[in-house]
Amino acid sequence: MALISADNRGLRLATRYAVLGLIAVIFVFPLVFMVMSSLKPDQQLLQDSGNLRAFLPVGDISLNNYTAAFQRAPVATFVFNSVLVTGVTVLLSLLICSAAGFAFVFVNWKGRGVLLSILLATLILPFETIAIPMLLMVAHLPWIGTEGITWGWLNSYHVQIIPFIADGLTVFLFVQYFKDLPGELIEAARVEGASWGQIYRRIVMPLSGPILATAAILKFLVMYNQYLWPLMVTQEEGYRPVMVGLQYFFQLNVAWGEVMAYLSLITVPVLAFYLYLQKAFIASIASTGVKG
Amino acid sequence: MARISLKDVKKSYGNAHVIKGVDIEVEDGEFCVFVGPSGCGKSTLLRMIAGLEDITSGQMTIGETVVNELPPAQRGVAMVFQSYAIFPHMTVRENVAFGLTIAGASKAEKDAKVAEAARILQMEHLLDRRPSQLSGGQRQRVAIGRAIVRKPQVFLFDEPLSNLDAALRMDMRMEIGKLHNQLGATMIYVTHDQVEAMTLADKIVVLKDGKVMQIGAPMELYHNPANLFVAGFLGAPSMNFIDVTVQAVNGNKALVSNAALDPVEVSAARGPFTVGEKAILGLRPQYVQVAEGAGRLHGTVALTERLGAETVVEVTLKDGKPLIAALSQDRVFPLGAAVDLDFDPATAHLFRPEV
Repeated sequence: MALISADNRGLRLATRYAVLGLIAVIFVFPLVFMVMSSLKPDQQLLQDSGNLRAFLPVGDISLNNYTAAFQRAPVATFVFNSVLVTGVTVLLSLLICSAAGFAFVFVNWKGRGVLLSILLATLILPFETIAIPMLLMVAHLPWIGTEGITWGWLNSYHVQIIPFIADGLTVFLFVQYFKDLPGELIEAARVEGASWGQIYRRIVMPLSGPILATAAILKFLVMYNQYLWPLMVTQEEGYRPVMVGLQYFFQLNVAWGEVMAYLSLITVPVLAFYLYLQKAFIASIASTGVKG
Repeated sequence: MARISLKDVKKSYGNAHVIKGVDIEVEDGEFCVFVGPSGCGKSTLLRMIAGLEDITSGQMTIGETVVNELPPAQRGVAMVFQSYAIFPHMTVRENVAFGLTIAGASKAEKDAKVAEAARILQMEHLLDRRPSQLSGGQRQRVAIGRAIVRKPQVFLFDEPLSNLDAALRMDMRMEIGKLHNQLGATMIYVTHDQVEAMTLADKIVVLKDGKVMQIGAPMELYHNPANLFVAGFLGAPSMNFIDVTVQAVNGNKALVSNAALDPVEVSAARGPFTVGEKAILGLRPQYVQVAEGAGRLHGTVALTERLGAETVVEVTLKDGKPLIAALSQDRVFPLGAAVDLDFDPATAHLFRPEV
């Protein structure tokens, strides 16, 4: 009896690993294909793409595509711009959206229900529907910089950052998480004399690690993958991010090896950021799953 | 001075009236317990005193100050919550010192006050632990520690022992009693446990449906309940209520009886009663005895619970209604045996049925 159950357990474990392995392969193979292709000349790349060699570092392997990619486009500038815009937006977004969520959940003020509904309604608006009106707006907004007051935000970093700091989805994530925090903690802090600012800083934020990680990753992905908006608002190469930079590789003759080299390079910051926050991200998904 | 005064205090959520005009005076240094069944408004009332709920109308004073509009921090109160509400990301030391940190106290001052609180609550060895490493009783100590370091005028306890097991609850109840003697501060304590109310309180406020049913010292409420609700709520086992008919009224006495009860003359202080009227006779189980000869009440034994020092007997009276007697010795009664019961008429309470 014990033997049979041990066998069953082994079989179940093997099946589980096989299924998980298959899923992992499906997810990992495009990445492996991208990196392997970036190391091969175009002719070999196209030959290999019909068989398993596409996923193996075989044949004429070199870093030539990487050198060529740097020659074809200002890759370092694009990566720097994307990391800067994404990083600043993520930080400001966490600050502003968590503060908004805090005010919606913990502070009692007139009209918060209506305002939250309006905010949630913005979730169903695709960005494409507001892109043109937003472009017309930012083209005429004032800005105080080193040159004094200037009009129009086009060709700048802030035009890519400010419109995306606050968004309904991120505020909603914080609202949902804060609702699950025990209200008595907040009340205890109030009775102890803490101000709203102190409660936000000393009680709520230290307990919000998982949701901060989740919101940061989601925001990072959205910002890093921005294409339409930066294409509309930046004409100068010096302000353009990585996704707009991709089109440099599709002008004139397309070199697939260089495309793959460029894609491999711009994937590095995403992977690094995700791995850094992975533990907290999974903890957050798991905890929302269990608690409902 | 931390006298607390509530004058015609009301609280409504829209059309739902939760507190319906409450007048309570809590003297300086007094231990006052709000007691009542779930949903009677006792926790809401406590949260209104803390400033966590607004007051719809009426006036609330702590010391000499009207606090209706004051935020919690400016009321000079500390509160211990049912769920302890200690901050999970801070050590015990940081939790206890939280109020002092917010007030900008120096490190030396914080250390001294935390050490004193830890000594009073015997938790010196816990100061560097996290809440997740503490038992329920230890967490409750931390919550009390956080309340006492600021030396507030008033302590508010919201069912602080209801999450503890029975043995620990008794220990902590005694400790809270001692703490009150030691600190001499005004304390308001909310509970639905009548044993906590009876043992801790200088003054009990019995609440029902947002209204005060009776205010008084524990023994006053026990021996002289103002109405049926208070009579039934305080005391364990609960008071027996017997439907009777008034046979005669003689000054402040009334002669009552029913099918199972021989005529007996009891106090009619809660009257007026008129002859022929229905009334309710309240008998505490502890004052009901087995009659040596012929008793006033007649029935048969339905159940016997032997507790060692005490025997609780449920008797089915001749009119089919149950009656509980708590006898102060170990006795055995055969099931279904006929039994005569008696009581001292001075311990009986006569109520008008509509109250």
